Amino acid sequence: MSVSVHIRKQLDSFLLDISFESEARRIGILGASGCGKSMTLKSIAGIVVPDEGKIEAGGRVFFDSSARINLKPQKRNAGYLFQNYALFPTMTVEKNIAAGLRGNRAETAARVKKMAEKFQLQGLEKRLPSELSGGQQQRVALARIMAYEPDIILLDEPFSALDMYLKDQLQRELSEMLKDYEGTVILVSHNRDEVYRFSEELLVIDQGKIAVSGKTKEIFENPVSREAARLTGCKNFSRARRMDAHTAEALDWGITLHTSGEIPEDTLWIGYRAHDFVPVWGGGGENMLKFDLESSAELPFEQNYYIRAEETVCWFVQREKMREIEEKGLPDYLRLEEEKMLFLR
Amino acid sequence: MEEIMDILKELDWSPLFISLKTGVVATVISFFLGIFAARKVVKASPGKKAVIDGILTLPMVLPPTVAGFFLLLLFSRRRPLGEFLFDEFGFKVVQTWLGCVIAATVIAFPLMYRNARAAMEQVDVNLIYAGRTLGMSEVQIFWKVVIPAAGPGIASGTILTFARALGEYGATSMLAGNIPGKTGTISQKIAMVIQDGDYLTAGIWVAVVMLIAFGVIFLMNLISGKKMKNVGRW
Repeated sequence: MSVSVHIRKQLDSFLLDISFESEARRIGILGASGCGKSMTLKSIAGIVVPDEGKIEAGGRVFFDSSARINLKPQKRNAGYLFQNYALFPTMTVEKNIAAGLRGNRAETAARVKKMAEKFQLQGLEKRLPSELSGGQQQRVALARIMAYEPDIILLDEPFSALDMYLKDQLQRELSEMLKDYEGTVILVSHNRDEVYRFSEELLVIDQGKIAVSGKTKEIFENPVSREAARLTGCKNFSRARRMDAHTAEALDWGITLHTSGEIPEDTLWIGYRAHDFVPVWGGGGENMLKFDLESSAELPFEQNYYIRAEETVCWFVQREKMREIEEKGLPDYLRLEEEKMLFLR
Repeated sequence: MEEIMDILKELDWSPLFISLKTGVVATVISFFLGIFAARKVVKASPGKKAVIDGILTLPMVLPPTVAGFFLLLLFSRRRPLGEFLFDEFGFKVVQTWLGCVIAATVIAFPLMYRNARAAMEQVDVNLIYAGRTLGMSEVQIFWKVVIPAAGPGIASGTILTFARALGEYGATSMLAGNIPGKTGTISQKIAMVIQDGDYLTAGIWVAVVMLIAFGVIFLMNLISGKKMKNVGRW
């Protein structure tokens, strides 16, 4: 099934202008809060109406401003999982699951029973949503969507309100439950781990526009744009001045970088992930940053060092790699490896 | 004490039944009209909202006698509408029990409408969106999701509406008058006996009103308290 979205909508502070097409079964949309990613999802579901554009899913036109088509959300057959799950508070679990079902009483009851089994909700049918745990609520919300047999499922930041432990558990549960779902699933999130774990293809949205899109793994390896690099977890950025195809000056770090591969001509920024530095003891050399400690912080599983430069540089060292530093003391230089350098627009 | 018993023995209980009947009917009408109006207003555009809300709330803000004045203007048989209602349907409003109901409804309606509206506006909009994406019709969403979720607010609106309708005086006395056994409500009875200096009878009626009012509120709290057992205490 393919999804094609081309929409424009004027929002309070910027213009949402999103255009993408995908054949992937699992699509992730990554962006900071308020970048328009949720609005995009709501437009697909028909909850909000774009100013103009066209939305198609599985060959069905949901919205086409030029042909004056705007299918009601009821007719789109798109399941939407809300951040707070939006379970109907006055209905029991079974009533919630049956809420959107048509057909006679026996059919509905059979479907509800099947869903309760599939989502491990047996015994909870008569409970109200407020009497359920967060995980159970998520399962009811999914059961309610699945009972309705949607062609496409839209997940709107389903984990962002949860604590870390529960988050991991519910992410695993959700992937498990969606495993045998044939349709397209779109996940919106501001969390890089969530989208990395979940999606085959990824869109990174910044200020209402798509910054980059493509295969998830490739974007994490080569984010291309600064915003995409930041959202995929890159901590260090410097303004870049490209001298020639193999040399660039990192202005904010005060060093010059030499590469054997070619540096893209439109490079404006250089990014480097905080975990990717290599400590060097003794004399300096090519692609090295003087280790001038500004501050450090100790975390449960890693040590963070902040190195003085025009823009403070972060170096994160995982626990198991700390032994070397404990033996030899703090390094004199940090080396940047060419294949880890991110040349960004 | 003996004096009170004597009065009680002789007492004409018709004001109680007239008031209760008026209160119940006015509340039922206001309940549906209020929810209907609230739904329309919640969905209206901001400009329209302000105008319609202003008109619907007016009877609550104006002195009841002003409302009574307008009602008389409308329903008097010397006026087009009143004449039409009487000639076509045989409805007489002025100086009848129907007048009691209309006066009480007009005065009490804003309480129902305002409470219903506030309660509906509090309903999580995602619930409505969820209903839509699940294929529920707008009517289904309204009756199965919005109204139950707005339940406590609607219940308290109903209590206030009933209390207000039960005690309506100003507009009622102008439109329906105080005809014993027909339009003589408790409030009007109290005013009348006090004018005669009969404080004892007035006191009995005051006690009756207070009992009813307390009973109704107690009952409603009991009902909504059961439904709201998940709401925290603090």
